[in-house]
Amino acid sequence: MPDMTGKTDLHKETSVTPESSVTPRQTLRISELTFRWDRAQPGIRYPDVTLNSGEHLFLRGPSGSGKSTLLSLMGGLIVPDSGRLELLGTDLAGLTSGQRDRFRADHMGVIFQQFNLVPYLSTLDNVTLPCRLSPKRRARALSSPEAEAKSLLTALGIPQNHWHRRVTTLSVGQQQRVAAARALTGAPELILADEPTSALDSDNRDRFIELLLGLAAEKHSSVVFVSHDKSLAQRFNHQLALEVTP
Amino acid sequence: MNLRLALSLAMASLWYRRRVLALVTLTLTLSITLLLGVQYLRTEVKQSFTNTISGTDLIVGARSGQLNLLLYTVFHIGDATNNIRWSTYEKLQEDERIGWLVPISLGDSYRGHRVVGTSEQFPEHFRYGRDQQPALAEGEWFADVFDVVLGAEVARKHAHQTGDRVTLSHGGGKTSFSNHKDTPFKVTGILAPTGTPVDQAVYVSLEGLEAIHIGWESGVAIPGRTVTPEEARQRDLTPDAITAAFVGIDRKVLTFQVQRQINESQLEPLSAILPGVALSELWRIMGQFEKALLGITGFVVVTSLVGLVAVLLTLQAQRRQEVAILRATGASPALIAALHVIECVLLAIAACGLAILAGAAGIAALSPWLLDTWGVQVGLRPLNATEWSIIASVPLAALLVGLIPALQAWRGSRKQGLGHVAPE
Repeated sequence: MPDMTGKTDLHKETSVTPESSVTPRQTLRISELTFRWDRAQPGIRYPDVTLNSGEHLFLRGPSGSGKSTLLSLMGGLIVPDSGRLELLGTDLAGLTSGQRDRFRADHMGVIFQQFNLVPYLSTLDNVTLPCRLSPKRRARALSSPEAEAKSLLTALGIPQNHWHRRVTTLSVGQQQRVAAARALTGAPELILADEPTSALDSDNRDRFIELLLGLAAEKHSSVVFVSHDKSLAQRFNHQLALEVTP
Repeated sequence: MNLRLALSLAMASLWYRRRVLALVTLTLTLSITLLLGVQYLRTEVKQSFTNTISGTDLIVGARSGQLNLLLYTVFHIGDATNNIRWSTYEKLQEDERIGWLVPISLGDSYRGHRVVGTSEQFPEHFRYGRDQQPALAEGEWFADVFDVVLGAEVARKHAHQTGDRVTLSHGGGKTSFSNHKDTPFKVTGILAPTGTPVDQAVYVSLEGLEAIHIGWESGVAIPGRTVTPEEARQRDLTPDAITAAFVGIDRKVLTFQVQRQINESQLEPLSAILPGVALSELWRIMGQFEKALLGITGFVVVTSLVGLVAVLLTLQAQRRQEVAILRATGASPALIAALHVIECVLLAIAACGLAILAGAAGIAALSPWLLDTWGVQVGLRPLNATEWSIIASVPLAALLVGLIPALQAWRGSRKQGLGHVAPE
């Protein structure tokens, strides 16, 4: 977790008008959202964001600007102090922590910076994990969770002889793509990606984003993508920059 | 919460960490084996004890404590304080309340096995276990003065068959320098195994014992006074004294009356004991010891469970990243906690399974030695309810102690935000 130091000033940098999507349903709506980790420190007030189904959001800002905190709020691991955070029309603050866990399992995929995979599961088992945690994700998968996982791994260029291997034998680039496959499996409405490309070289990074966004479009999933790298921003419909004022 | 998922994750996680966990599982296995072994032997030894004699209402011997009398007559441990005069034995035979009497005469040995001088009353009335008669595996009971019947273990150990000739030794002990070598005995029968001290004994007639001791009145053979078997047969071989007698009372209600009269007998100082009472007193003494032993082994199991939890708590530090992934994927803190409890219980179950195998192997390996050295028959048998409940209590205890790491994991994962956790 980034530590909150100093007053945080935030502003919306750009807002590209979204293309007309097939289902103009709101995936994410943030209004007047504030949060603070502890009372002694000033809180963060987040700018309002609305993300329609299938639209992606690029989130950037220096360390401590509250990017990861925002992801935790979206993931329902923490609840806002005030304001609303609606996902798919549901106010997360109105749910119990158990319901938020279930909601996350049903509707969200998560990709971390690195060390994304459960070390004792095979590649395939890591990818099918969300389907085992959520009947909804399983229902949305292709014929079976395995079939879905295999098709995603194929699409993401993970060679078949790696599927049953322990994930620790994979390269970092492969691990990130397996993590993407796990996030995408069962077509969740929202994918939260916390600097997923920071451990990758530029070739791998470009390929990763291309594959992620391409597959997300196929699954009609929205991606919230956190990165330091401004050059990636152009690929996203919406951008949000968080800043820390000392 | 998805129990099946938790179970399969727990198993995969255990397998992944098998190297670290193998040692602590081994410790747990050994301690459960110990606990189970003690309980098993307790049951078996008690069974073996109570099986040694049945159907005998009183054991009569020279005045002594009931344990001593029981030990030397039934278990062939220790020596008689004194003998009973033959005339006293005859007096007892005349008593109408007494249904039968089995005379017992001890003192000699055959290669470390007790020689029991008795009469044809022995196979007739002596019973062990659940009213079982000592049966002959081959041959027949002694009919001649120089006939001997061997216990099953004696025959097995020294590879005797009927028709073999054996030489008895004077006095007890494994090696004796004074043998009755002039008067060899012929093996006429071999007893079927009983799992009691009978297996370790050698049975001859009272007359046989009398015959081999002609000329041995001072304790050693006096040259010139010993006799050949042929000469012995010519003599009156009625013994002067016997060591003890097993007594059967026709009307059981009179047992205490007979016992009291024998104890107060004017003929000579006698003791009559109730074998059941003496056995339970013996068991009570042994019981204290084995209860203490069971308690100690119980603590050993608890100690190894604590060790297991210590290892699991240490492993927890390495698992923060894995927990972060599971949480992000939608696993509840309860599932994370359940994972820890299940792992702890699965390890305990694995240790229990291994302990049963190790215990069975150990008993199979040790039982010949136990029978040889202690005369205790310990065979493999299905576990009884008490033993199963002891085994079941281990995973239950593991479940309880597993709550410690589980609670910690639960609290930790509730506070955790979404995001990358740095590896330790």
